Amino acid sequence: MDIATLAFSALYQFGDAFAFLVLSACGLAVIFGMMGVINLAHGEFIMCGAYVTASTVHAGLPLPLGIMTGAIVAALVGALVELVVIRHLYDRPLDTIVATWGLSLIVTQGTLIMVGSTMAGVGTPFGSFQVGGYSYSIYRLVLFASALGVLGGLYMLFNWTRFGVLARATIQVPHMAAALGVDTRLVYSLTFACGAGLAGLAGGLYAPTMTLVPTMGATFIMEAFVTVVIGGADVFLGTAPAGGVLAVVKSAMTSWQGQLFGQIGLLVAVIIVVRVLPKGISGFLLRERT
Amino acid sequence: MNGFLALCRRLEGPQTAGRGPAFWIVFAIVLAIACAYPLFSDGYTVGNTVYFFIWVFIALSLCLIWGYGGSLSFGQTAFFGIGGYSYGILTLNFGSAYGFTWIALLLAIALAALFALLLGYFMFFGRIAGVFLGIVTLAVTLMLERFMAQTAGPEWHIGVARLNGFNGMSAMPPLTIPWPGGDIVLFADIGLYYAVLGLLVVVYLGLRILMNSAFGNVIVAIRENPERAEMLGYDVRKYQLITFVIGAALAGLSGVLYTVWGQYITPSSMGMTAAALPLIWVAVGGRSDLTSTLVGTLMVLAAFQALTIYGSQYALVFMGVLLVLTVLIAPNGLVLGVMNLISQLVARRSNGDA
Repeated sequence: MDIATLAFSALYQFGDAFAFLVLSACGLAVIFGMMGVINLAHGEFIMCGAYVTASTVHAGLPLPLGIMTGAIVAALVGALVELVVIRHLYDRPLDTIVATWGLSLIVTQGTLIMVGSTMAGVGTPFGSFQVGGYSYSIYRLVLFASALGVLGGLYMLFNWTRFGVLARATIQVPHMAAALGVDTRLVYSLTFACGAGLAGLAGGLYAPTMTLVPTMGATFIMEAFVTVVIGGADVFLGTAPAGGVLAVVKSAMTSWQGQLFGQIGLLVAVIIVVRVLPKGISGFLLRERT
Repeated sequence: MNGFLALCRRLEGPQTAGRGPAFWIVFAIVLAIACAYPLFSDGYTVGNTVYFFIWVFIALSLCLIWGYGGSLSFGQTAFFGIGGYSYGILTLNFGSAYGFTWIALLLAIALAALFALLLGYFMFFGRIAGVFLGIVTLAVTLMLERFMAQTAGPEWHIGVARLNGFNGMSAMPPLTIPWPGGDIVLFADIGLYYAVLGLLVVVYLGLRILMNSAFGNVIVAIRENPERAEMLGYDVRKYQLITFVIGAALAGLSGVLYTVWGQYITPSSMGMTAAALPLIWVAVGGRSDLTSTLVGTLMVLAAFQALTIYGSQYALVFMGVLLVLTVLIAPNGLVLGVMNLISQLVARRSNGDA
């Protein structure tokens, strides 16, 4: 195997890990960064997106439309959850964790009862291509592009639109924003729905690559949390660089010792980073401002 | 003697609900009923009750860390698993002669505490607090589960003890008391019942003393306002770390007793669902008090088991609903709410008499 093939393989694995980390974490990061709420039902929103995507594809919709439907349904469910549960707990962050965990139990077990232990999957589209005797899935490249697209889209949403300005104002000084006439409740609702929708999008995008089981959210949740903890509260200065750093750790450890050690590497990385940079990468980058 | 009396005075205080002769009379009656209970019941039911008692230790550990200390830990099941696995590995390697099972019990608890010391050092001295603490402990727990679940191959063994991957370890010896003329083996019925009941009473009273001591007051002060506690000259990190380690030791004890009781331990005892259950017991019971945690845990466990008999798949959904409703409607816990109501009624009546 020559150097170019080796480099491509490493790059491909890095891109794959980066896409997985960023896509699974960005919904969580939006909700945490904007609202300070940790959504332990995040994995269940991902599952919701994946299930809706799979069922719409089975019903005859093309995959991209199915993924959009999955994201939209997850966002609607998110808005509902915010209205019924989260809204009452904004002043008690620890209780939000507990309540969302209760939700996650209900949803996982409820799905198991209603849909069954597994659901027919969706085939991975686009096939594969060859580099130096090894075959790579094209769909993984699509996922990497989607991760970059999501980051770019979020940047535009929060920096270039009126909603973004209102949302950032609400996060910085909620009372001041409310005094200036911003409907902060609506902003929180929309932000939570946006985070849930991003989770649904991640689920939809990964639906063709995994087996659909009620507990599939748990596959994402650890990576998502690790990325958010290391990244800190800011989506662009936190989640994106954290995804980059962790993707290097994960892909290197995975190709060296296997899947499990990739995850252990992530865990060790997070424990060391929280000791050195308690506010995450974005806290470190933004330390001058505070 | 004076020291002992001073300790006894710490049994009641501002940090624990229930005081005065009335409370201790009820306590004595409950204890007497608990002692007499095996005489009126069969071995299977007694064994089942032991199973309930075992979970109370992990619930109390969470009550200590979360309710009193104010740091939400999802890692209790990790320490539970470490305790259980360590006991299994130690006893499978060294047998159960000469009362070694009790040494294994202590060593397993020490290992769980050591792990907590290491993890807690990074977390508390990194000033991780609030929601992040929950996430890091949860990540550690899930990782440990995944690690143990993949140890199926024959290359995964410690001494003669195979780890057996997802199926877990089994066939550890039960606790034995060395005795002239034949060891006393505590099988999972009456023998183990009295041993666990004794441990439970010791731990419960011990925690009451600890919480009403100066140490407990500092812990509660840190929960209420960490900055103020720090300004008063207390090293917040050190106190939090000590609480975390004590809690981990209790969770480890729970794990050891679980292993002793069923003579098996599996990775799923550290999974998402397993980690959620202690949280439900403690939240529903009333996390900021030892007695309500104890009572709540036993009640929720009994309800859960009853539900499991009628429809096992709906039991977990019900538990989730119970947790969400408790957090929304009675954030201090149901049992604690009822206990406060009773004490208010009693106070009002005695005021009326006077």
